[in-house]
Amino acid sequence: MKKYHLNHLRELESESIYVMREVAAQFERPCLLFSGGKDSIVLVHLARKAFHPSLIPFPLLHIDTGHNFQEALDFRDGLVKKIGARLVVGSVQESIDKGRVVEETGYSASRNVLQTTTLLDTIAEFKFDAAIGGGRRDEEKARAKERFFSHRDEFGQWDPKNQRPELWNIFNGKKHIGEHFRVFPISNWTEMDIWQYIYMENIELPSLYYTHTREVFNRDGVWLAYAPFMKLKPNEKVEMKTVRCRTVGDITCTGLSLSTANSLEEIIQEIAATRVTERGSRYDDLRSEAAMEDRKREGYF
Amino acid sequence: MEEKFSSKGYLNMELLRFTTAGSVDDGKSTLIGRLLYDSKSIFEDQLEAVKRASIRRGNERVDLALLTDGLRAEREQGITIDVAYRYFATPKRKFIIADTPGHVQYTRNMVTGASTANAAIILIDARNGVTEQTCRHSYIASLLEIKHLIICINKMDLVEFSQEVYERIKNEFIVFSRKLDARDIHFVPISALLGDNVVEPSSNMGWYRGGTLMHILETIDIMSDCNLDDPRFPVQYVIRPQSADYPDYRGYAGRIDGGVFRKGDEIVVMPQQKSTVIESIDFFHQSLEQAFPPMSVTIRIKDDIDISRGDMFVKKDNMPSVTRDITAMVCWMSDRPLQLNGKYALKHTTKDVRCVIRDVLYKVNVNNLHQNKEDRNVTLNEIACVSLRTTQPLLTDPYKRNRKTGSLILIDEGTNNTVGVGMVISSQ
Repeated sequence: MKKYHLNHLRELESESIYVMREVAAQFERPCLLFSGGKDSIVLVHLARKAFHPSLIPFPLLHIDTGHNFQEALDFRDGLVKKIGARLVVGSVQESIDKGRVVEETGYSASRNVLQTTTLLDTIAEFKFDAAIGGGRRDEEKARAKERFFSHRDEFGQWDPKNQRPELWNIFNGKKHIGEHFRVFPISNWTEMDIWQYIYMENIELPSLYYTHTREVFNRDGVWLAYAPFMKLKPNEKVEMKTVRCRTVGDITCTGLSLSTANSLEEIIQEIAATRVTERGSRYDDLRSEAAMEDRKREGYF
Repeated sequence: MEEKFSSKGYLNMELLRFTTAGSVDDGKSTLIGRLLYDSKSIFEDQLEAVKRASIRRGNERVDLALLTDGLRAEREQGITIDVAYRYFATPKRKFIIADTPGHVQYTRNMVTGASTANAAIILIDARNGVTEQTCRHSYIASLLEIKHLIICINKMDLVEFSQEVYERIKNEFIVFSRKLDARDIHFVPISALLGDNVVEPSSNMGWYRGGTLMHILETIDIMSDCNLDDPRFPVQYVIRPQSADYPDYRGYAGRIDGGVFRKGDEIVVMPQQKSTVIESIDFFHQSLEQAFPPMSVTIRIKDDIDISRGDMFVKKDNMPSVTRDITAMVCWMSDRPLQLNGKYALKHTTKDVRCVIRDVLYKVNVNNLHQNKEDRNVTLNEIACVSLRTTQPLLTDPYKRNRKTGSLILIDEGTNNTVGVGMVISSQ
């Protein structure tokens, strides 16, 4: 190690901590979007580092589809307790009960799209003016053009063709009443960076990320976890497989990989050898070529 | 055969940020596609998507340029609208590409991409040589203080891989570059389309003795790019837990923007001009002996001084300028022209002030570097030297000396949009 040299993970970490502190300084009521997935777990870790020895000066916001993996919910509650954070939960079930959204029907019914309404309603209810998210530019082509500080109009919409220029590390969080920002501190991280950082910092993850046996079925080449509320097509059958999650989201759209990786070292080897992107196994992204861009425009994560 | 991935190696990699400047048809998208593809950063599902898109459009070959198309409108129109960021890694370095479009709002986007880059790739079509666009791209890179320029003379396959053509263009560029203050210029003859000298050495150009583009990207020395001479620590956020465990803790959080700070160092808090000593440099559960750019840390000091966001820790024998009058090169980013005597919000390091633009000293023609002292109307994508006066003193260094303490942005107070970006030339 040379004398005044940071390796790339430490440089990314420093950049993310800088962004976290800018959010705390520039906004009155920020929140951190927490899904129970590895990216949001890394975000929480970075937020702890940014404000230590203070507690994280904003709540975690979880949008609960009602279709979560129980392991992810248990992990969420344990983490919140451990770090003394405040948790706000926005419930998609409540949005359905109130008639704000209508449940999708059919085989590929998912609450993924419905989350957007719940998210925007919760942001309005708590008057959040900035929501920190775990989006990364390497994830998806629409995300590659996302700013660190991403402006949303009063309808929560993203206008990709009219984004504010963002230069150096000077972030413009000025806004009118009713507007808000989405902030992405780990914009410049890749999937491998996230895993290496989890390994380097020894960050705890939900058991879902490690190999386990579970009831699954195959839909259009993607292995999905079986849950009683999911409707199977006539040709689909539930079987037991040894799997792990590469990403963790709503059960209805999280593809599982057949894997026996049981440690971070093994997971990193698996990812280094893999030839398919992370989101390639996300059922929500396979809907159309611009699926992510369309959802983002409407206010999705 | 799969090589075993080395976590140890991965943890020791350096980060290199570079920008690619190019115009329509110069092969920029193809070059980026080639770098990603040949460094095995393209996944099968991405390649499948590009194959599907190529067939749908009736292309004969798989068009690697499609890998870099992002938004629906771009795919529909076949153009790139906004700066996009791409990532790849080799065993030596991790790379972030700021991929900037060549035609729509080129200056605005190039300036944005260049602002965080260590290096710039400038593409020259071997059939055309040094053009007005080459000049513009190089000027912007040098204006934004990108220390390393990599001049790729592309489409060598279309000039029969001729050494003579390469040498002629190289010399043309060297003559032109005397007008710039680029310090480190590399040249490489390539064919992005066929892959010659991009990642793999070319068998068609045995006369070329230098490294491939990838070799240059992996080996240029970026250690000296950070300012280690002038200690600068803008206070970003004050940490005061007021908890049972830390009743009296008061730490100043921020990022080192220049120089080296060590535990026990005597520092001066600006603009208060109060001296004190660094008691501790904290980072989570660690206490550090020293901190240097671009580390984010929390500094505690010995004395009780009233300090808030926007103040700066420096050292006695090395002061920034403290001034309300600043001369800066400004690039205009908005459809609404710069308003002479207009008031704008201004952000500089962690400080927010307001300013008035008092004068436009000259405009720069980015195509030939000519200065125009007559025309003071600064519109979108134009670059001008302006003088401005701020409501409170700023702590600045010339941009040439420090990109962090020498940069600022101007915000329209009506729309809240970032409308201009500036690089400090001098402050009095």
